[in-house]
Amino acid sequence: MVRFLKRSYIYLVFAFLYLPIAVLMVYSFNDARSRGVWGGFTLRWYVELFQDRTIMSSLYSTLLIGVSSAVIATIIGTMAAIGIHNTRGVQKKLIMNVTYLPVLNPEIVTAISLMILFVFTRVRLGYLTLLLSHITFNVPYVILSVLPKLRQLNKHLYEAALDLGCTPLQALWKVIIPEIMPGIITGLLLAFTLSIDDFVVSFFTTGSGVSTLSITVYSMARRGINPKINALSTIMFTFVLALLIIVNVRQAREERKGRNGKRGPKKVSPYDPKFGSA
Amino acid sequence: MKRSPLIPYLIWMVLFTVVPMVLVLYYAFTVPTESGVTWSLQNFARFFEPIYLRVLGRSIRLAVISTALCLILGYPAAMVMAGNAFKRKHVIMLLFVVPMWMNFLLRTYAWLTILERNGFINALLSFFDLPRLNILYTNSAVVLGMVYNFLPFMVLPIYSVLSKIDKGVVEAAGDLGANPFQVFMRVILPLSLPGVVSGITMVFMPAMTTFVISRLLGGGQFTLIGNLIEQQFLVVGDWGFGSAISVVMIVVILLSMAIMSFFEGEEKDVALW
Repeated sequence: MVRFLKRSYIYLVFAFLYLPIAVLMVYSFNDARSRGVWGGFTLRWYVELFQDRTIMSSLYSTLLIGVSSAVIATIIGTMAAIGIHNTRGVQKKLIMNVTYLPVLNPEIVTAISLMILFVFTRVRLGYLTLLLSHITFNVPYVILSVLPKLRQLNKHLYEAALDLGCTPLQALWKVIIPEIMPGIITGLLLAFTLSIDDFVVSFFTTGSGVSTLSITVYSMARRGINPKINALSTIMFTFVLALLIIVNVRQAREERKGRNGKRGPKKVSPYDPKFGSA
Repeated sequence: MKRSPLIPYLIWMVLFTVVPMVLVLYYAFTVPTESGVTWSLQNFARFFEPIYLRVLGRSIRLAVISTALCLILGYPAAMVMAGNAFKRKHVIMLLFVVPMWMNFLLRTYAWLTILERNGFINALLSFFDLPRLNILYTNSAVVLGMVYNFLPFMVLPIYSVLSKIDKGVVEAAGDLGANPFQVFMRVILPLSLPGVVSGITMVFMPAMTTFVISRLLGGGQFTLIGNLIEQQFLVVGDWGFGSAISVVMIVVILLSMAIMSFFEGEEKDVALW
């Protein structure tokens, strides 16, 4: 009985979480402009979505900025994590505190501080400023994903590699990097997700003519309901769901494999650590 | 291993984190005059004008209500999920976080569809001949939007603390004669406080500074701190005042972080998951 009540409570919470998304998806197939009535099944909004040039060009910008900022942030962040790992004392504390700053600051503060910087230095707001801003808020998350892996690393591995004749660079490339790869991948995925999900920072640091998906959705939603947004949401939700299922199935398989011998890579958690999306 | 790989990041950090913060401070503490700029606290003084104090009051009120609702809804949920009511715990956790992976704006937009005049809820109500409900563009809608978006930020930290509690401690309390209510009040709740504190911070701060939820669900007339900052930068062009409000927000955050680490005691490795 208690167990039944407990489960029902969780199902209620799930209903609260999923109902809005479900309604959104159902209405994306509704042939009536007024949302109160069901006007029959249609794919009209999906057709219009793909014909909408503003949406398509902002999708392109979102993916372009997402991929490039994630890759650059991963390179800078991984190098930084290795450097931080070898730093001690006050220096390390100082660097870590500044690293946490963009994570802890409200997004709007990060956003306006970057906007002030770009306007102050007369950099034209657009692709470049968007890219620089996204890298800036992504790097800390990469560092925080890679650092734990470095801590788990056996200290003597690197020395052994040197003793066996590796140059320091070879040791790094052939021994350290493969060992911390799971952390790097997590950081990369996280950075990509954060970048395509971002609204606040992009909103303040973009210029005329360049718009990400979030910005386009915001300006459309301010004018009220638009069935094209429903269609877009449906596609994005299905995509994310598929991605998560694939990742999880792969992990489950690796874990099963891992039990018979070597431990598989650590689980990539789906928890969104981006505390403060506003 | 050397420290040289740190150099690109250090340069980046100084250019894009430190310098922008210094610029915010600069704008907050200066006012333009005819002969350039002078140092002044004028921007902060403006913050205490009644009209802005009302904005601050409304932001705090809505953020407190949302945080309290998240705690009331979230604590039991975290407890059930950390317990053994479900066999496949990780599937339940996964289902819980999946909605968070959808774009934040789209999640907020979803409530527009549900709450609007001819929306889902009113269609449902009129189907049963019930009176219409008009909560869109009110405080209630803003609070609903905040709870919906920030609930996971409350549940996840509490869940992770609860699932780490040693089962033996709970059993021992029972063996020593505590009834379930006493076990909860005197063992589980105190042990879960760090999670509760970090959950509260993680909900309260974004709720204080959001400008999207209030703009979309609260309509144009609703101004929260976040909207005020946005307006100063994008509409009014008063960077000094906007920066001053931001500085106040940063101070509030640093204070709440200090309180949080006081509660958590010795700082451990900050793990994001």
